[in-house]
Amino acid sequence: MTIFRKIAQFAGFMLLRICLYMVLAILFVFLYDIVSKGGSVISWEFLSQAPRRGMTEGGIFPAIMGTFFVTVMTAVLAIPLGMFAAIYLNEYASQTRLTRLIRLSIRNLSGVPSIVYGLFGVILFVNMLRFGTSILSAGLTLGLMTLPWTITASEEALKTIPNSYREGALALGATKWQAIRTNVLPYAVPGMLTGTVLGLARAAGETAPILFTGAAFFLPILPRSLSDQFMALPYHLYIMSTQHHAIQQVRPIAYGTALVLIALVWGLNMTAIIIRYRLRRKWRR
Amino acid sequence: MNPRILRNLRESAIRAFFFANGVLAVIALLGIFGILLYTAVPAFREIPIDEFLFKKNWDPTSPEKVEYGILSQIVSTLLVTFGALLLAVPIGVGVAAYLSDVAHWRVREIIKPIVEILAGIPSVVVGFLGIVLFSPVLASLFGTSHGLNALNGSVLLAIMALPTIISISEDSLNAVPAAYSEASLALGATRWQTLLRVKIPAALSGIMAACMLGMGRAIGETMTVLMATGNARAFPTGLLQSVRTMTANIAIELGEVPYFTTHYYSLFAVGLVLFIMTFAVNLAADVILNKYQEREQ
Repeated sequence: MTIFRKIAQFAGFMLLRICLYMVLAILFVFLYDIVSKGGSVISWEFLSQAPRRGMTEGGIFPAIMGTFFVTVMTAVLAIPLGMFAAIYLNEYASQTRLTRLIRLSIRNLSGVPSIVYGLFGVILFVNMLRFGTSILSAGLTLGLMTLPWTITASEEALKTIPNSYREGALALGATKWQAIRTNVLPYAVPGMLTGTVLGLARAAGETAPILFTGAAFFLPILPRSLSDQFMALPYHLYIMSTQHHAIQQVRPIAYGTALVLIALVWGLNMTAIIIRYRLRRKWRR
Repeated sequence: MNPRILRNLRESAIRAFFFANGVLAVIALLGIFGILLYTAVPAFREIPIDEFLFKKNWDPTSPEKVEYGILSQIVSTLLVTFGALLLAVPIGVGVAAYLSDVAHWRVREIIKPIVEILAGIPSVVVGFLGIVLFSPVLASLFGTSHGLNALNGSVLLAIMALPTIISISEDSLNAVPAAYSEASLALGATRWQTLLRVKIPAALSGIMAACMLGMGRAIGETMTVLMATGNARAFPTGLLQSVRTMTANIAIELGEVPYFTTHYYSLFAVGLVLFIMTFAVNLAADVILNKYQEREQ
């Protein structure tokens, strides 16, 4: 009996291990394909020039800058609102029905499909508020989509601050806000920033919410104001791989764009990790 | 004024300010629903709701007979979603079980960020890989002219749902009290038997919630299915057919439709149906997770 059970255990664990190897293999094949085929396309020219000849030649500079501008716009909305809401939830809110409703809304907002945020952005920002298809509309749409992530991440950061920090300040006669400002926020901000930058990284790679709120098919100049349309890396990749008339011909550009997009998203992730590390060290002294 | 009163006043104002930010989330959720509803309703002045939901044909620009039936899109969405779950659930739970029960903690610490990397790949890149990498393989494997079909979408969505399923399943496996597995091991069961008959059943509600969250993701995913499933408007009859999901339909048509026409409103009605479907799935997952956490406390 025992030997059979041992064989069963060995086979079972082996099965689980194979599951893991499958996932790792998929990731490896993905990355290998993009890095090997995209890497040969990347050059200083590719990164610094506008597309030429009906987008079959030239670079992706406007798309890089467009993604940068719209991500900054997203940050302007999502970072303060996310942090403030998290401060309310973790520091002020008591267990009431309203608090439960707020938490439930946040969790459900993070499950709303990105294309639905796009529809919402078209109606509210593009049409009702008359921002048109623009950086402003697209950034606000992405900002709203990012909000649940930034709130959740910021709240997690606040939760890690021990209660004794707050109590110490309150015992010395500080008001609640003073206690939060001097004894909670300085220690929580690195974590809050880390979480929000991770949220921004995800927003930078999103396509569906910007399809109809501001991304342009082809715009070889940089946007000059918030009410201009823009090119964006994810949208450019979509166009290059499905909508272009010479799909095979522009495939290298698509690979290059995919590599730059992935590098940008991971660059942001790395930035988040570095921010956390740096600020932690600073406040430890 | 008395400085104490002034101080209290300021404190209340600060509290009110943060409160307003918290309430914004509720307003946003209600706002999204309200605006979708408000924009979708005009569509139903011309399209009967039962026709909209249960007719197969979607052909808003037909010169002869305009039709607004989304049944084919709903079935396509569900086909691709369940195809994805069929692949992602066993593999995802397997990886979670491996990480929580078999792997050395060092391996676990290495694998976790790698799974995060998988979660961080933008959906448009996954769709691109579906076109350049998976579709030729599927085409030669099944002898079809191209591989842009429901199966391609299912495989890609499964990959995208994996990080969610893995991390939440692993959390709930880890949350099973150690006493459960200790009792089982003390009775002479092997680690494999303990995992299969004690830990997984004990963590089942969390695993179910993980799968539902993965399902919500898959239903609402847009770019990947738009790029990889072929976008044929026909009613799907199998995984090797090109299909058009609800999300893809919105993405394809919203750019070309004139504003404030029945066709325009009907696309928002599709969005509303999508919103309700994902909301229901996510809410269910939430309820399951909460019940589970309450029991643990």
